[in-house]
Order: sequence, then C-alpha cells, then structure tokens
Amino acid sequence: MDESIKLTIDGQPVTVPAGVTLLQAAEMAGITIPTICYHVATTSNALCRICVVEVEGARTLVPSCVAKAADGMVVHTDSERVRLSRRTILEMLVSSVDLSEAPEIQTMMAEYQADPQRFPDAERREPPVLDDNPMYIRDYAKCILCWRCVQVCAEDAQYTFALNFSGRGYETQIGTFYDHPMPETTCVFCGQCVGVCPTGALKPKREWLLEQGYSPDEVMELTRTDRRRRRRDSIE
Amino acid sequence: MIQPDRIVSTTCPYCGVGCNLRVHVRDNTIYRVTSPFDAVVNKGNLCVKGRFGYDFIYHKKRITTPLIRKVPQKPGQRTQAFDRSEWREVSWDEALDYTADRMVEIYQRDGSHAMAVYCCAKATNEDNYLLQKLFRALFRTNNVDHCTRLCHAASVVALQMAIGSAAMSNTASEVILSDVFLLTGSNTTENHPIISLQMKAAVEKHGAKLIVVDPRRIEMVNWATLYLPMKPGSDVPLFSAMAHVIIKEGLMDREFIEQRTENFEAFAQSMEKFTPEYAEQISGVNRNLIIDAARMYGSAERAAIFWALGIAESTHGTANALSLINLALLTGNLGKPGTGLNPLRGQNNVQGASDSGAMPWHYPGYQEVDVEENARRWEELWNIEPGGLNRERGLTTTEILGAAHPGGVRSLYIMGENPMMSEPNLNATRKHMENLEFIAVQDLFINESGAFGDVFLPAAAAFEKDGTFTNTDRRVQRVRKAVDPPGQARPDWEIICDLAARIEARLGRPNSAFWAYRHPEEIMLEMGRAVPAYAGVRYEHLEPVGPQTPVPTPGHPGSPYLYADTFPRGRAKFHPLEYVPNAEMPDDEYPLVLSTGRVLEHWHGGTMTRNSSLDELHPVALLDIHPEDAERLGICHLDPVRITSRRGSVVARAKVTEKANVGVVFLPFHYREAAANLLTNDALDPQAKIPEYKAGVVRVTKARWEELPTDDYQPRGRY
Amino acid sequence: MTDIDLSLLTPVLEKYGPQGRTALLPALHAAQDIYGYIPEPVAASIGMALNVPLADVYGVIDFYAMFYRAPVGETHIHVCNDPACAFAGADSVFKRMTQTSTINGGTGEMRVTVELAPCLGLCEHAPAVLVQEKPAGRTQVQSWKDLVRGSIPHQRSIVGGDIRLLTRNCGKNRTTSLEEYEDSGGYAGLRKALSLSPAEVIAEVKASGLVGRGGAAFPTGVKWEATASAPGDPHYVVCNADEAEPGTFKDRVMMEDDPHRVLEGLIIAGYAVGARKGYIYVRGEYIQAYHTLEEAQEEAEAAGYLGENILGTDYSFEIEIRRGAGAYICGEETALFESIEGKRGFPRVKPPFPTTHGLFGQPTAINNVETLANVPLIMTIGAEAYRQMGTEKSPGPKLFCLSGDVVRPGLYEVPFGVTFRHLLFDLAGGLRPGREFRGALFGGAAGAFATPDHLDVVLSFENLRAAGLPLGSGVITVFDDTRDLYDILLRLSRFFAEESCGKCYPCQIGTQRQHEILVRMAGGDIRPEDYQRLTDIGRTMTDSSLCGLGQTAASAVLSAMKYWPQYFTTRQA
Repeated sequence: MDESIKLTIDGQPVTVPAGVTLLQAAEMAGITIPTICYHVATTSNALCRICVVEVEGARTLVPSCVAKAADGMVVHTDSERVRLSRRTILEMLVSSVDLSEAPEIQTMMAEYQADPQRFPDAERREPPVLDDNPMYIRDYAKCILCWRCVQVCAEDAQYTFALNFSGRGYETQIGTFYDHPMPETTCVFCGQCVGVCPTGALKPKREWLLEQGYSPDEVMELTRTDRRRRRRDSIE
Repeated sequence: MIQPDRIVSTTCPYCGVGCNLRVHVRDNTIYRVTSPFDAVVNKGNLCVKGRFGYDFIYHKKRITTPLIRKVPQKPGQRTQAFDRSEWREVSWDEALDYTADRMVEIYQRDGSHAMAVYCCAKATNEDNYLLQKLFRALFRTNNVDHCTRLCHAASVVALQMAIGSAAMSNTASEVILSDVFLLTGSNTTENHPIISLQMKAAVEKHGAKLIVVDPRRIEMVNWATLYLPMKPGSDVPLFSAMAHVIIKEGLMDREFIEQRTENFEAFAQSMEKFTPEYAEQISGVNRNLIIDAARMYGSAERAAIFWALGIAESTHGTANALSLINLALLTGNLGKPGTGLNPLRGQNNVQGASDSGAMPWHYPGYQEVDVEENARRWEELWNIEPGGLNRERGLTTTEILGAAHPGGVRSLYIMGENPMMSEPNLNATRKHMENLEFIAVQDLFINESGAFGDVFLPAAAAFEKDGTFTNTDRRVQRVRKAVDPPGQARPDWEIICDLAARIEARLGRPNSAFWAYRHPEEIMLEMGRAVPAYAGVRYEHLEPVGPQTPVPTPGHPGSPYLYADTFPRGRAKFHPLEYVPNAEMPDDEYPLVLSTGRVLEHWHGGTMTRNSSLDELHPVALLDIHPEDAERLGICHLDPVRITSRRGSVVARAKVTEKANVGVVFLPFHYREAAANLLTNDALDPQAKIPEYKAGVVRVTKARWEELPTDDYQPRGRY
Repeated sequence: MTDIDLSLLTPVLEKYGPQGRTALLPALHAAQDIYGYIPEPVAASIGMALNVPLADVYGVIDFYAMFYRAPVGETHIHVCNDPACAFAGADSVFKRMTQTSTINGGTGEMRVTVELAPCLGLCEHAPAVLVQEKPAGRTQVQSWKDLVRGSIPHQRSIVGGDIRLLTRNCGKNRTTSLEEYEDSGGYAGLRKALSLSPAEVIAEVKASGLVGRGGAAFPTGVKWEATASAPGDPHYVVCNADEAEPGTFKDRVMMEDDPHRVLEGLIIAGYAVGARKGYIYVRGEYIQAYHTLEEAQEEAEAAGYLGENILGTDYSFEIEIRRGAGAYICGEETALFESIEGKRGFPRVKPPFPTTHGLFGQPTAINNVETLANVPLIMTIGAEAYRQMGTEKSPGPKLFCLSGDVVRPGLYEVPFGVTFRHLLFDLAGGLRPGREFRGALFGGAAGAFATPDHLDVVLSFENLRAAGLPLGSGVITVFDDTRDLYDILLRLSRFFAEESCGKCYPCQIGTQRQHEILVRMAGGDIRPEDYQRLTDIGRTMTDSSLCGLGQTAASAVLSAMKYWPQYFTTRQA
C-alpha cells in the first residue's frame, strides 16, 4: 500500500500516496475543494455533494471526500459542470434553511454566485426552536442535515446514540426517540454535537440567551428550571 | 451569532483526563467552550462538565471580596456561616494581615506541629508548589497534604513500593493498542468520560477485549467481553486468584520476571492458597470467570490494567493495588505501548499537586522529607539555613483533622478543598473543624468547609488565571486566563505570595525564600531546578502538545510510556499478599454494603458543579439499589429511603436499577443535603492512610416523603 | 398509551431478540400485526431486546411508510396514486372513499384509514387499492362496502406474449405448486448446476449473455464471478424483490404465480458464488407474494431443494424471506442491505461495491427477481440455446409491463428484438377506440418519454440506448391524447419527493424543489425562469446525487422538456 499514485488535477500532475481521497490529493496539490458536510473528526458520507469533481470517464460527478485517488485519473475540480452543481445545491440549500449563522456557506455562495432567491416556490424548513434542557438548544430551522451530530453521538465519538432521524426526504429532521425531550433520552450532554454543528442549529443555551441580550447573571437564572427547591442543609 | 473577541486555549479544570479547551470570550464573558479536533488528549471531544460546566464562575453566590467573620470564632464552638451577612467585607490588606497575624501568633506560640495546610488538586502546579513552600519554608511544617490522600494514596504507595514511581505508566489513549485491558474500580464512563470513549473505540474499532471487574454493573460492562461482578473488598483474593491461574498454567513471562523483577518466589508461594475456588467463596464471582479472565489477560500480547478509586479507597487499598501490580509484573505487561499499570487520577491536577510536593512525606518530585540530602537541596533553593527545614514526616489529610485539639493542629489553611464534604464520617469531621483555633479559606464559594472559616480569601477560577496542570497520564498542559476574575478575586499564586511576604516580615526571617514572582512560569522554573521530571518544562513548549513527565531537559519530547528498560527502584518487586476483610462486613443490622462515588454531572464536594447549570441535570442524590433488594425492602423506583450506617443517616430517593448488584448500594457524595460521607467509615489503610469510602455497611429503610431534603427530581434517560 | 399489553410482545421478543439488529424490521412488522401500530413502549421493548439504540429504532420506524407510530383505523386502505391508476380514475376512488368513510373515527368495521400510496404494482388492474394488505383492482366499479370488507375477488395476473418461457406457469390466477413446477421441468436447472462446479455455472451464465433485469443491465455472470472470488466469509446472495418502480409488476406476478422459479434461480446463484445463505427482500406492499414465497420455501425445504445437503450434494443453503416496509429507495441494492441489517434505507456510497462489501459488509451478489428467473432456464437449455433468443447484444426473453391507456394492460413476454409497435398494438391491443397514442413513459418514474416517433423502435438494450430511451425494468406506461402532461409529471415529481431518502442534498432538496415548481406550473402559473430552474435542478440531481434514485429523479421531466418544450414556457391546454 505504500506505492504512490500519479494523477492529474486541474491540469497539474500530482503524485500522492495510495489510499488518499481526491479531496486530500487536491489539498496536497494546493487546490482547495469546497465542502459542507465533511468534517475531519467524522466519517465522510458524501452527503452535501459540494465537493463533487469531474473525473474524466465517469458518468456522474464524483464526491471527492470519499472517492479515492487512482492512477491515471484526470480530475477537474472547478469545471463548468461542477460549478453548476455546486451553485444549484447552494441555491437549493439556502431556499430551505436559515444559513445566517453559517459564514462559510455564505462565502461559498458569493464565490459561486448563488442566488438566494432562485427558488421562489420553496417551502422552507422552519420548525420551532427546541429548548428542552439546560445545556443547549436545537434550532432545526438552521439544520442542513450534515449528519455530524448524529455521528458523533454514535460511533464517531460518544457511543451514546441519543440522536437519529425522523421522517425522510425533504422532511428529514434530526430527532430523539418518539421526540422525547433531551433529558429523557440517553443524552449525556457532552455537547459533541454542538461542537461539530456548522450552522448554529445546535448552540449552547448560554450563548443563545446572551445573544438575546440577557446579562450573564440573568442567564444563570434562566438556565435553571422552574422546579421548586425545598432544600435544607442536613449537615447543619 | 456572537463573534468572539478572543478564543483562549486552556485545560479543563474538572477531571484528570486534561481535555484541551478553547474558550470563546466576548465582552469578558465566556459564552462557548469548544475543543480542537487535533488535541491528542481528547480529539475535540468533551464531557458535559468540560463543555458546559464553566458557568459556576458566573454564579451569584461567588465570593468576590475578601471576608472576615463578624463574630470571632472560638475553638470548640466554631460555627458554619453560609450567609454573607455573617461576614464582613474587608480589603485585601486587612484580610491578609489578619491571616498572617493569626497564623504567626499560633506558630510562635505552639510551633510547627500546630500548623497545617490543605493544598488543592484543582489548583495549578504553581499554586501548589508555592503553598507547600510557604508552609515548609516559613512554618517549618510538613503537615501539607491534599485530597490525593482520599483518592489514590493507596495506588501511589503501592506503586512506590513495587516500582518506585507512582504515576500512570502509559498514556490513556494507548488503550487502542491493547489486545486486552482490565478495568476495575473505575466507572470510567462517568468519571473519565473521554478515556471511556477511547476504551469503547478500542473495543469497537480496534478489536480489543475488555475485562471489567467491579461490584457495580457499570456502563462499561456493555462493552466488556468478561464481567466479574465481585463483592466489595474481595480485590486481593480475586486478582491473586488470577495470578494463581497464570502461574499454574504457565502463562507468565519468565524472561521478564527473571530480568526485571525480584521476590518472585515468595510471591508465588503466597499465591498458592488463592485458588479460584477460594476466590469464588470470597468474591462471589464464578471460578470459571476468574479462570477465563486470567487466561485472557495472561495470554494477551499487550494487556493493560486501568483502575481507579474502587481499588484505592479501601482499608486494604495498598494491598489491592499491589495485587494488580503483581499481575502486570507476572505477565511482563509494562514498558511497552498498550500495556501498563494505569491508575486513572481523579482531579484535573492531582498528579501535578502531588508532583509539586503537596504531600506530607515528600518535597516536590517525591523527594522524601526525612532524607537529609533532600532537605539540604530544598534549603539551598529556598535560601534557608542548614537544618532549618523540618525532617519529620507530616500528617496526612485525615490525620490533620484528627489532630485538631489543644496540643495538636490549631491552624488550618484550606485552598480550594472541601473536607466537610469529602472526609469520611463527616460527623467526626465536623467536631474536628469546630475544634480548630484558626481556619483560613481560599476558594470561589463559601462551601461547607469555608463556612467554618475565620477569613475567606476570594480566588480566581481556572478560567481566570495562568499556570499548568499535569493530567492523569503525566502531561503538563497550560492553563490560561480567559477572562478577568470578578470583583477583587485574585489568582491563588498571587494571594499566596502576598501572604507569604507578610508572614516572612512578621517572622523576621533574615533571608527570603523569594516570593516576588512576576508570572507563574517563574514558579515552574524554580521548581524545575530541584525536580528533574520538571526540569525541562518551559511554557513555550507546552503547546500544541503538552509533554508527558519526565521532561528532563528543555525541548525533551516527554515520556508517553515508562519503564521500557528499567524501573525507578531498579528491579520491580513482587509483594506477597494476604486477604484482609473490609473493616466492616454486612450483618443483620447493617445488611447492605454502601459504595460511594461520583456521577457524571457533578464534581466531588460540589463547590463548582452544584453552582452550575450542571445541577439542573442531576439535582438530587439517588441511591442505586438492585431491584431484588428494593423489592425485599418494599421500595419502589424514586421512593424516599433512609440510609443509615453506624456513623450517620441520610434520606435520598431510590433509583432501582440493575446497575447496582444485589447487596451493594451506591450513593454519590456530591449532595450536602444527603451527604454520603456522613455514612462512610473513617477506618484507614495502615500504609496509605486512605479511608474506606467504598465499603461501609448500611441499612436502607423506607422514608416519608416529607423527609426528603429536596424534591426536584429531573427524569433522565442516561445510563 | 397506558393500556398497552406488553405481554403480547413476548413471543416476538423471544423470536427476534437473539438475532439482534438485523431482525428489527421483522420485529416491527410482527409488533404492528399485534397492536395495529407501534406504540412507544413496544418500540422501546424491541430496542432493548434487539440491542438497538432507541433513537435508531425510532429512526427506522419513521423512515418506512408502512410503520405507524400512532393508531390507525382497523381497516387500512391504500389507494394507488401513480399515473396508470390515475388514468383509470384513482382520484375519484380516493375521493369517494374519504367522503363515504369515517376516517380515523367511527367504530368497528367502519373505523377506516384511507391514504394515498405510491404505485402498488397492480397497474394492470388499475385503479388499484390495498385493503388491509389485500389487493383489489378495477375499484372504480366496486361498491364501497365490498371494498372495506375486502370481499372483492381479485384476478392475480394478466399474462401474454410471443413466448412463454419465464411465464409459462404464470397467468393461471393461482400459484404453481412444486409438483406442477417440477412437471414443467422445474428444478432441473438446479440439478444441472449442482452437477457442475460453481465456476462452470458462472461460466455458463456468462456465456448466456444474461444481464440484470432490474434496470442497471449489468452482466450477471461477471457479478457472480466477482462475488465468488471476493475475499471474506460468508458470502451472500440476495434476491431484490423490492419492486416499486411505478408501472412495474412483473416481479409480483413471477413470485405469486411461479415462486419456485425464483427460489431455484436464487439457489443456483448461491451455489455459484459460494453462499450458504440467501435473502429475498420482498416489497412491503407485496404481502401475498411474501406469503406465497414462504409456502414455496417450505415445499422446497421438504423436497430437499433447500437446507442441508441439497439433493444429496455437499451444498447447503438456506433462504430468509424479508419484507420491506414502504420505501422505494430500498430497491437500490445498498439501501436494501441497510434495510436487511435493520437500519434506515439509506443507500451507501459506492465503491466499494456489493460484490466485495455487500450485506453485513460481506461479498454479496444481488439480483432482480426476473434475472434469477432466467437462471434455471439457462441451466436447463444451455447458454447456446438461450442466446438463440433475442438479439446478439440482448439475448434471451424479456418481460414487459404494459399499463395505462392500452386495451389489454398486462405482463408480456417477448424475445428481445420486437418493436414497441408490436408490443403495444399486436399484444396489448393498442389504444382504446377513438384515442391516439400520445406518448409512453419507458422505465417508470425514473424513465423517459417515448413519442409517436418511437413506435418502431426495436426493444433491445442497444436499440433503446441509441433512441435515448431507458429499458429500465421493462415498464411502459402508455398515455393517449386526452391526458394532461402536467398531471403526469406532477405525479412523478411527487413520487420522488416522497420517496427520496433525504441522504444527499441534490436529491433531498432537488426532488422537493422540482415538485414545487411543477405544482405551480400545473396550476397554470408558468414563469420564464422555470425552464432553466428545472434544467439546473435536473442536471444537478443527475450529475451529483449519491444513488440511482436521485440520478434519475429528473429523467422524466428532462425528457418531457426535450420533446414538449412549449409546456415549460407557456401554459398548454
């Protein structure tokens, strides 16, 4: 496996070690391929298809985050066909969810001249914010279904399995068992999910409250639930 | 969305894993904590405490001005003052002068033995180094200890006896290289959450086999190939029976035994009697399971042992730890990656506080106080006249309070610890605290111990100061100031230096031991001059990856695993063992064994976590009890129950769960309204002086709902 | 919620618990058979027993359209909603049902839930419904009460064609018994195969030129060879019987009318690739086919064609028959594996391919029902004779499903090489009197349109490819000059929007956006930018989607835009 692979990326001959993905190979050649769902700490699933590239001889475009570099490949990372796909995916995405807290995707949209108003008929995904625990909120109107949260909750990190999906297709949403509030699930509030969320859909509750203008003191009160406390000092 | 003013790299202040944090700050307020995904310790993962549990620094009960008790306290009549109205706000000058005056008065009247200090495993290496220096150099006392005594003291003593060094031999994340790993007395999932992730990955992705030996059916059992549900306190017979099988079946590493160890014959002879049948009688574990475990561990190419306080917190904790050490020596599982003897240290800096000399028998670097050469070394460094330092071993944590009577310890300085929650048999602890003549407290909140104080010195939290922590696998990592301390709170090292200068002036010492540091790094450099393992530690080398001690020279890459060629004591030593029962065994009156420990959401005495939103996730104490025991006692899930031992009684809700095994109940010790340590036994291990936290006996009875101290149960689905 | 009797579930948990996650769908089906839906405590018990995280159990329940997490009527009616049934009046059937019945209310017999469903695979009986999983056809002429009672006699299949090799036992309105199958030469192919080495069987299949009939047209022998030689143990064979392409019903007819042919093909495949276990994944809606196969499996076991030491040889093979649960995507081979493994039907990234990393990550040969039905024939008559049929590049017989506006909708078996005109007019009777052929959808929802210009196209892989038409699984939905193209496209786009799994962005969002635009266009509001919008969505889905579903979800729309562009710029009557 330690043989090296020769391929051509954007006209540039590139030699890379066997086993690397096209995304890695391009990076080694100093070529940046845009990505959305890809994350260094999670399993790549080739969901967003922003990282697709044109490989000569392939019927469809190829997701560079999972496709392995092979000898003799001729790869175009920024062809017209690739750019059309990227632009359209970005336009469709922005017509679906709130990307206001996803600066990287916004930058990408500018680069690909994606028109946020391209799809005037679009029914947006706008479920209400879920505020069911003291640690983080879930605002699935911002969720782009990158799967990172589900994966870090499972085998990619935490082995807690509190999250999965509900629905399918455009109706897919990240959910808990029968939509239970987080504390009643297996969630251990490690917040690995918050740590990998790229769009602010998962956010520390404290940050969310501070954004709304509450002072740090008020936040401490608000993160406490309304349960009445009847505490007495048994040591005293 | 909030844009950060700055993102500060630091180290988590909770457990010994030492997760790397990125603290996001806006307007001098922390609003988010993340972790770099390339962090070697935690790879971007955190637990609930690390990610969300920093908010205690914003709690309104935080003390931000120095305080002196309004009503002067008298020995024997000392009371607790939780309410701020019982305290007077004073200036730092007044508070420190008062403290110096009182301590110097007692010292000059009663001498060194009247002075004592609790250093702090949550504070930095620099803080701890300075505080022990203050007491050793100025008050000439070795009554310096910290909560390591209540935690891994037995492991430390045993490792010192057998190996000559007391830290984890290997790196926690090396578990993915193990073929087999044995986990005992550690509820890793809740107490070292990030290490548990690495263990799960080792099983799921790297084909490692896990053996769990534990009196509780902890979550890690779900990942285990073998689970040995032992009775509390049967560690020595069980592990010795494994050794017995390994010897009998010739699974030992003869070459290793011959070349690297001593005393094998005597040891082997003492193992004769520990047949699996005998161990089954005592431990309740089926003999075949013991044999399977012995074969699995004994025939693995690379096998590691991980343990925590289930081994150490016992009246025979030292023997327990030795029984594990014997296993590793027998099979040669030391000195290579993926093997080793790995006591998982509890506190963020318990390793570092111990390294820094917050111990009654050792100067920094485990240099014994009663060795002349060591004393001379420190006298020279601290500018002290030859013979000035005290050559007598000091009192341990529990002994210090036990000596709180006229003629004994009169003054106690507490930095960040909470003995009124963490000592065993709290009713006795209370008496001892009441008997002290002077108590100075340096902390964030007036906790159960601070409430006894005469003076309260408000300290900066870990997010508000600079320094270093040394994690469980000996990694020295940076602690950085992310935000300013609130009000007048000051970093511990500054408080100590300021106080030390005032004491020095009052004592009229001709030569100063030196207290004028401009930055914590200068403190580290001073310590490194006399502690070889830290000699090469330089702040600029601690990032991105903190080196693991020993770091003998600047730029040294550190030591991921130890003992490849030799042991600190030369040859490692086998120790023959005998079975000694627990100090208390169940009887008709107290039929259940009580184990105590932590839950994921809380930290020890609760000074931090119970003043955090973490408390919302786990607001009340729950007693884990097996369904069979519960049924026998007529107790339903979440019923109020009274738990009574020979020493005290508390009321909590019952959590009927198969996580508890029959005959063993578990109560976490974080809740002052149901303080588990009112129940625990203060009997000590003779060698390590560690109390028996995990095996007191109790009876459990139904209680009335009105007896519940609080009633704000939060339904949870976890574990 | 409170009066769920969990003790009823005990046998289910005892049966499926030890199998672990792979038994999740069977356990959920069994639970739903007991409770009518899947109550939360039931889902929790199943999760615990099978050691599946509860969130995952929920994710699976919510993925499959046939699992319900809230109570449904005691009588549950699915009304097909796709073009062929729509032509026959499905909309008015649905309207009549929802108006006449007490939806989700009432008591006893009349407590009914009626819902629209994707193609039920009963296109030759359009408009079709499923009443409590029992099919009923020609429902526009049935009384409501008879329907709800399920007392409608149902004719199972309408079969014709130029040749009757694969379908020789089909169309008798009953299942062919083992005895009849044997009398017709059944299981001779298996005997022949077992007398050869696996490599020889593969060589024979390769020589026959058989290619997959599920749509991808991959050479079957090559697939088997790759699986057989892939490292790793065990190997599996899987019969893809998740027939759900709108307009397709050939696999249902094969399974219901002649199940042993399918079993025989699968056993031979198993022998060839070195598998000891095979799965048949039957579409959830095909409950009759599922039961028919189970009965046939028992017969075959009793006769020694299945089980240990088949026909006295060293070869042992068992078959497990699985039911889907309402997800078109599970016809995609890797999604089907996921479903058997007890997961949501998300297709996997390829490569790696099933031949090396298939079911449970093991080397797997997965073949369509019709493909496998060809195998006994090849083994019996030999590759050479087989190649005499059809064209040189498309040898063998082919089943075509004709539905829509034809006089005799049904399943037609022809050798490759006949013309579309022959199939449409000579076999299916052409269009109804007074109607004109306007077009036909080749290949189902994922297919493309044919126009009157295509009537003389020769039905073979090579000729269709040249004509730009997909053969797909052999489905042709015909429509006459009275049909509304917008309505047809709308139904197709809705189908994809509902059946997209949601994994990759182009398909997850693209199918929805495409549908929204077509809804507006069908309402008469057509905007200048629409043509380019649909083109961009279509090209993006085709180019960048993860699996075949997304890659073909715009195929019909793009082909309609090619032939009838005026529809996409101005409103056409």
